[in-house]
Amino acid sequence: MTQSSNKILLGIGIFAILLALPILADMFGQPALTSLATRVLIYGIAAASLNFILGFGGMVSFGHAAFFGIGGYVVGILYHHYASGEPIFGLIPGTNQLLITLPAAILVSGIFAAIIGALSLRTSGVQFIMITLAFAQMLFFLFVSLKAYGGDDGLIIRRTNELPGLNMRDKQTIYYVCLVIAALFFALLYRLVNSPFGYVIAGLRQSEQRMAAVGLHAYRYKLVAFVISGMGAGLAGALMANFMRFASPDMLHWTKSGELMVMVILGGVGTVFGPLIGAASFIVLETVLASWTEYWQLGLGFVLLFVVLYTQGGIQALLKHAFGGRS
Amino acid sequence: MSTPILEVDHLHKRFGGLTATDDVCLTVEDGEIHALIGPNGAGKTTLISQLFGELVHDEGTILLEGRAIDALPTPERVARGLARTFQITCLLPDYTALQNVWIACQIRRGHSFRFFANVHGQKDLQAEAYEFLDRVGLADRAGELVANIAHGERKQLELAIALAMRPRLLLLDEPMAGLGHVESQQMVELLHSLKGQFAMLLVEHDMEAVFALADRISVLVYGRIIATGSADEIRSNPEVRSAYLGEGDELC
Amino acid sequence: MTLFLEQVLNGLQFGVMLFLMAAGLTLIFGIMGIINLAHGAIYMIGAYAGTYVAMETGVYYAGIPAALAAAALTGAAMEFLVVRRLYKRDHLDQVLATFALILISNQVITLIFGRQPLFVAMPEALSGSVELLPGVFYPSYRLAIIAVGLLVALGLYLIINRTRIGMLVRAGSTNRDMVRALGVDIRMLYTVVFGLGALLAGLAGYMAGPILAVQVGMGEQILITTFVVVVIGGVGSIRGAFFASIIIGVFDTMLRAYLPGLLRQVMVGPEADALGAGLSSMGIYLLMALVLLVRPKGLFPAHS
Repeated sequence: MTQSSNKILLGIGIFAILLALPILADMFGQPALTSLATRVLIYGIAAASLNFILGFGGMVSFGHAAFFGIGGYVVGILYHHYASGEPIFGLIPGTNQLLITLPAAILVSGIFAAIIGALSLRTSGVQFIMITLAFAQMLFFLFVSLKAYGGDDGLIIRRTNELPGLNMRDKQTIYYVCLVIAALFFALLYRLVNSPFGYVIAGLRQSEQRMAAVGLHAYRYKLVAFVISGMGAGLAGALMANFMRFASPDMLHWTKSGELMVMVILGGVGTVFGPLIGAASFIVLETVLASWTEYWQLGLGFVLLFVVLYTQGGIQALLKHAFGGRS
Repeated sequence: MSTPILEVDHLHKRFGGLTATDDVCLTVEDGEIHALIGPNGAGKTTLISQLFGELVHDEGTILLEGRAIDALPTPERVARGLARTFQITCLLPDYTALQNVWIACQIRRGHSFRFFANVHGQKDLQAEAYEFLDRVGLADRAGELVANIAHGERKQLELAIALAMRPRLLLLDEPMAGLGHVESQQMVELLHSLKGQFAMLLVEHDMEAVFALADRISVLVYGRIIATGSADEIRSNPEVRSAYLGEGDELC
Repeated sequence: MTLFLEQVLNGLQFGVMLFLMAAGLTLIFGIMGIINLAHGAIYMIGAYAGTYVAMETGVYYAGIPAALAAAALTGAAMEFLVVRRLYKRDHLDQVLATFALILISNQVITLIFGRQPLFVAMPEALSGSVELLPGVFYPSYRLAIIAVGLLVALGLYLIINRTRIGMLVRAGSTNRDMVRALGVDIRMLYTVVFGLGALLAGLAGYMAGPILAVQVGMGEQILITTFVVVVIGGVGSIRGAFFASIIIGVFDTMLRAYLPGLLRQVMVGPEADALGAGLSSMGIYLLMALVLLVRPKGLFPAHS
């Protein structure tokens, strides 16, 4: 009983810190911290979405950056058409309203996830990993080839999307918007994981044969999980495009997929909040290492190798171990 | 003459040059326990896998309650009332015994596309799952992770999960495998108490159990059924005796 | 017409390079059950080692043993230090550990050689063209690559189908556990398979040098294309890898050669080119999607 009330206290504590962060950052003369934290929140959403199918569902998707990038481009393309006044395909008008672009990003990435998932989930294991990677790379090439939307150079979004009543040019406001969305997202994710659907997905990871033997059609459930996961990544991508005021094919590059997986494993596969810790760890690590040397990826490689080979359960498990045994 | 619950007609399965299932014909009547015995390597588990849909047969028909199920994948066959236990237990290792049964109940009830209900609040499902555990004698191990329960208990859990599906026909693949004498007797008693509630196709090596439980026995050797009949008929069948000579299994 | 023949040959040449990569990769997947992202890194290291030696000595052919040796050494080091610990791990761990190896290799190469691409000259004897048909000329070097590739394919075919080791390889890709249960020294088999894959990758990397630039990141690009080949061909199947490589090599080359031209009929110049390039790049993936719809296990799956 005290275990879970400890956890709740910890959660409230962390949330309080997150709430106060921009103010604290200003106080200590580190306004860049707010930007860092915003990126952590956004990547946390993306990594947690991936973790749902990867950590809980056992589906190793190496192409999740595709949905991240699609979310970003939905925002970018809608803004582009808003700025130019011409509707997309002559039909759909552009917009700069966050309340429209976010759901649009979620919807579009969901559709792509449905198509890619429908094909990829016909396979499993090593094949599945390669196929998801290949499809993501295909979309990368697609966006590189769209000169109208920046091509290789990416698409600049002059102004962050608007939210009625808020000044979205203020970095702190953006941070709080992301914080609120992240809080909602994680609350929903928590419910999902503990729902009958979540139960089934976790069951599929443990033994597909057993699940078939109790009458479950694995494919449908995995596909729905894949789509949900894609939508989450799309949401994160849309937020990122707003934050960076930029969408580029790099968001879909396979190395971005790799980064998301690194965040998942750093934080602890198969836990709800682990990916948030993983995102934080990764971004902090990246920032610190990059300030020492331009060859920071070398350091990242070694850290990753160490974590994979010598720790079970990433940082969350290490912390648990350090602060008081297994639950 | 009522339709047998299971009818297998001229089933064939080949793996390259090896014929694993050779023209197998078999019926199981409603409510009966039909045992399938045979030396190691005879193809008993292969047959079970084909009946359950995990392996696709090359020739022949499988009829469940008179309807062909050949084209149906495993989950469909389960929906039609088929269930199985596994010789090498196939359980969800990260879940508790209770959760393993619970998920079977949940799936049977068709609840699984619900995204926001809290699984822990579903007390009626939990109670139902608990009942099945109790039925097989595992009530006191309900909260244990599968990784922590003993082999014999895992076999019992397999049975509990199968019961939770309320099958019409249960395929039991060596439920006694790896059990000690006392545990085997308990399992026999358990199966005996379930007799008549549904039909069973029981694959077993333990002859004591087979003779105690079976209404009819079929003998499978090199993928082929060489005899079917009552316990006495099988015991006195010369072909069966010679098939078992040197196997170390006693018939009497 | 001559352009068409030239493009077909280019496609064949690309296909043969893909085969060198795909053969090793598909065996490693099929027999060892390992997904090794660092296979592309070995390709890159072979290219760099061979090119360096060729540049220092001025002799192209000196680069070949260097490339093979570097690839073999790298492969051995990888296997011993990292891959060995991954046999029993799940796919996620394998992906991430080998991804880490890519990061490390790329940075080490950058440290040693810098970020500028290296260029190696073709050997004198092969720098001209051969007249295949009256009036039809084709670069000798590319023909040489095709020849080497086909020879390797023949060699692999003979090894796999005519030797004892080959029999073990075939058995291992259909049923890994069975081979282990039969008491075969699986470690030796793994070492042979991994080593062979590394050698082929190193050779491919060095041969590619004069045609493509030798630069960091070259491995990843061809790796992903190799994945497509393996998926289409069927995991664990060398035969599948061969046919899929050729199909993809030719398909990709033809698409890149002719699609921009087709698009320019309906669109303006630079936009058509960019779209043409992009759609051509997407072509093989769409092909893969098509194959998956019809045959989820690939064209020639090794497992029954």
